[in-house]
Amino acid sequence: MMNLRRLGSIVLKELRQLRRDRLTFAMIVGIPTMQLILFGYAINLDVRGLEAAVLDQANTARSRELVAEIGATQVLDLRYRLSTPQEVDNLLRAGKISAALMLPNDFETRLERGDRPALQIVVDGSDQVVQASARQLASFPLPGRAANDVPGIEVLNLYNPQRLAPVNTVPGLIGVILTMTMVLFTAMALVRERERGNLEMLIATPVSPWELTLGKVLPFVGIGLVQVTVVLLLGKLLFAVPLRGSLAALYSAALVFICASLALGVFISTLARSQFQAMQMAFFTFLPQILLSGFMFPFAGMPKVAQWLAEILPLTHFLRLVRGIMLRGAGLAELWPALASLALFTVVMLGIAVTRVSKRLD
Amino acid sequence: MNSAETVIRARGLTKRFGDFTAVDSLDLDVRRAEVFGFLGPNGSGKSTTIRMLCGLLSPSAGEIEVLGCRIPQDAEALKRRIGYMTQKFSLYDDLSVGENLDFLAAVHGLPRREARQRIDELLALYRLDDRRRQLAGTLSGGQKQRLALAGAVLHKPDLLFLDEPTSAVDPQSRRDFWDSLFELADAGTTLLVSTHYMDEAERCTRLGILDEGRLAADGSPEELLAQLPGTSLLVECEQPRQAQRALQGGEGILALAQIGASLRVLVEEGQSAEDIRTRLHEAGIDAEVGETAPNLEDVFVTATRRQPADREET
Ligand SMILES: Nc1ncnc2c1ncn2[C@@H]1O[C@H](COP(=O)(O)OP(=O)(O)OP(=O)(O)O)[C@@H](O)[C@H]1O
Ligand SMILES: [Mg+2]
Repeated sequence: MMNLRRLGSIVLKELRQLRRDRLTFAMIVGIPTMQLILFGYAINLDVRGLEAAVLDQANTARSRELVAEIGATQVLDLRYRLSTPQEVDNLLRAGKISAALMLPNDFETRLERGDRPALQIVVDGSDQVVQASARQLASFPLPGRAANDVPGIEVLNLYNPQRLAPVNTVPGLIGVILTMTMVLFTAMALVRERERGNLEMLIATPVSPWELTLGKVLPFVGIGLVQVTVVLLLGKLLFAVPLRGSLAALYSAALVFICASLALGVFISTLARSQFQAMQMAFFTFLPQILLSGFMFPFAGMPKVAQWLAEILPLTHFLRLVRGIMLRGAGLAELWPALASLALFTVVMLGIAVTRVSKRLD
Repeated sequence: MNSAETVIRARGLTKRFGDFTAVDSLDLDVRRAEVFGFLGPNGSGKSTTIRMLCGLLSPSAGEIEVLGCRIPQDAEALKRRIGYMTQKFSLYDDLSVGENLDFLAAVHGLPRREARQRIDELLALYRLDDRRRQLAGTLSGGQKQRLALAGAVLHKPDLLFLDEPTSAVDPQSRRDFWDSLFELADAGTTLLVSTHYMDEAERCTRLGILDEGRLAADGSPEELLAQLPGTSLLVECEQPRQAQRALQGGEGILALAQIGASLRVLVEEGQSAEDIRTRLHEAGIDAEVGETAPNLEDVFVTATRRQPADREET
């Protein structure tokens, strides 16, 4: 059923075609680099001049002085002076401001006693950039406070209480990038042969469906690993993302995930009639993966049905693996359920796909 | 093996796409080392038939036996022994000539050394040796066709299917191409070639004319010419177009074709040159009318004729 020379010749052919396909070639390195830089900097961006309002209910000499000092950092552009919390709420909701500085009536007492935050920065948590810069302000020194006291400034995230840390995002990004490129590339691969008319010639030869499928998929395993390396290196160089677990564990997890994504891509390839359709179907699988896998929203906060659905998606399991390995320093042994789920997904998908790779035109 | 061995045998071969019947209960016999020409108007089902014979399409009804393999059951075993040159160029545009052939050699499981020799031999035979590194997509139409032929015969198949192999080839190259087909036939390869060219049809050892999925005529070119039911006439006059208009749709007229300054007229049995001359005279045209040798085009139009009045040929 499987002839190694034949398999090798298909791999070689794919690699040769890939080398001449400048666009795909550029996408292999371009997509991970671009995404990482876009996501990474959007998170780390040192924002200045966020539109903000001040609600100074204390209105003492010291409170006015503090407001002026915070204003001087230029992180917030304090363009509104308000007198009721209701007004703050309205402006925030309307999107006119993204942060508000709230000094309570008992500001002086709080400052002196130091047991409760003296002032609050209310932040539009729907915007990651805003959150990140508000957090910088939280460390702003208040007069007459020791560093180890209860923080002088409390940051209150509206709309998105659970913050996404940049360190949390980069490992997830490896998964997102692999999902996008691996599924898309393979989804197009088989359809392209059909669309260009090569398939009619190919299926009139003794080539077997397994050889054809694996031959088309194998080059992308290598490409996927190259992408992982690019993201890891850039993540380390640009954002100092830590790798607490072992590199071997990380690459093993990535390898299994790449295979799962490729299997999904081949499956799509057997359904689609044209390259355009394949692309549409590939995008159709990205959305649930990105939304439900825990990359965008915390997994625990999702409804039960969404969680069950997420268990089917390869990205969900890969995020558990990659976050475990990179951030918590976990080993594969502890993460075996996720690894096993990915392997199962791969075997099932590939099995279905190969039976669908027919050597017939009808 | 004796030379009368049947290589392709199809009985009641039928292919339906939805409720459209593309191939309609076709019976076909092709013997070893024959060059079987497949003729028929566009859409008559030539490509569909070839695809079924190769095992690429499953027939809606009927039986096929090719090289002793029953299709579609034994299709995979058959694929090692046939070559198929598709109507549309189907090698990889983004691989070079050499890379395309290397790929096919590996896919067919040719041993490496043998593959290298065979590729060199074919590149020389089909005059592509100076194009080895050129991308197939940038070849001229004729060069592409020679490359496709090289790819189809690389593994020395016993049976070769060629679907309109010379559709983009100049007359001299077409002759060269056919010379190479005959070399293959001499070496014992059976060929089934679809074509729209009558000069190519003339060179086939046998012809099958398809019309709307049915086999309308079948036999050697000589047999088909001899069986032609009508008579071919040549009308020479000052105004061949007027003469054509005068005869168009007339009783007993099977086909009309202006050739240069004269008009070829195919008439039913029983009509004579004299009848036609009289008819033209009545229309006010003076013409010389004489009998001429029938050709395959006459055979073709007779076999595929539906509404003679609509089939205006110029
Ligand atoms: N996959 C298909 N689905 C539906 N109809 C089809 C399909 N393939 C072929 N046909 C129809 O079957 C008929 C025969 O097509 P086929 O390609 O065999 O003709 P052909 O004789 O090769 O014509 P040509 O000389 O133009 O190549 C055509 O009417 C075509 O539209
Ligand atoms: Mg055709």
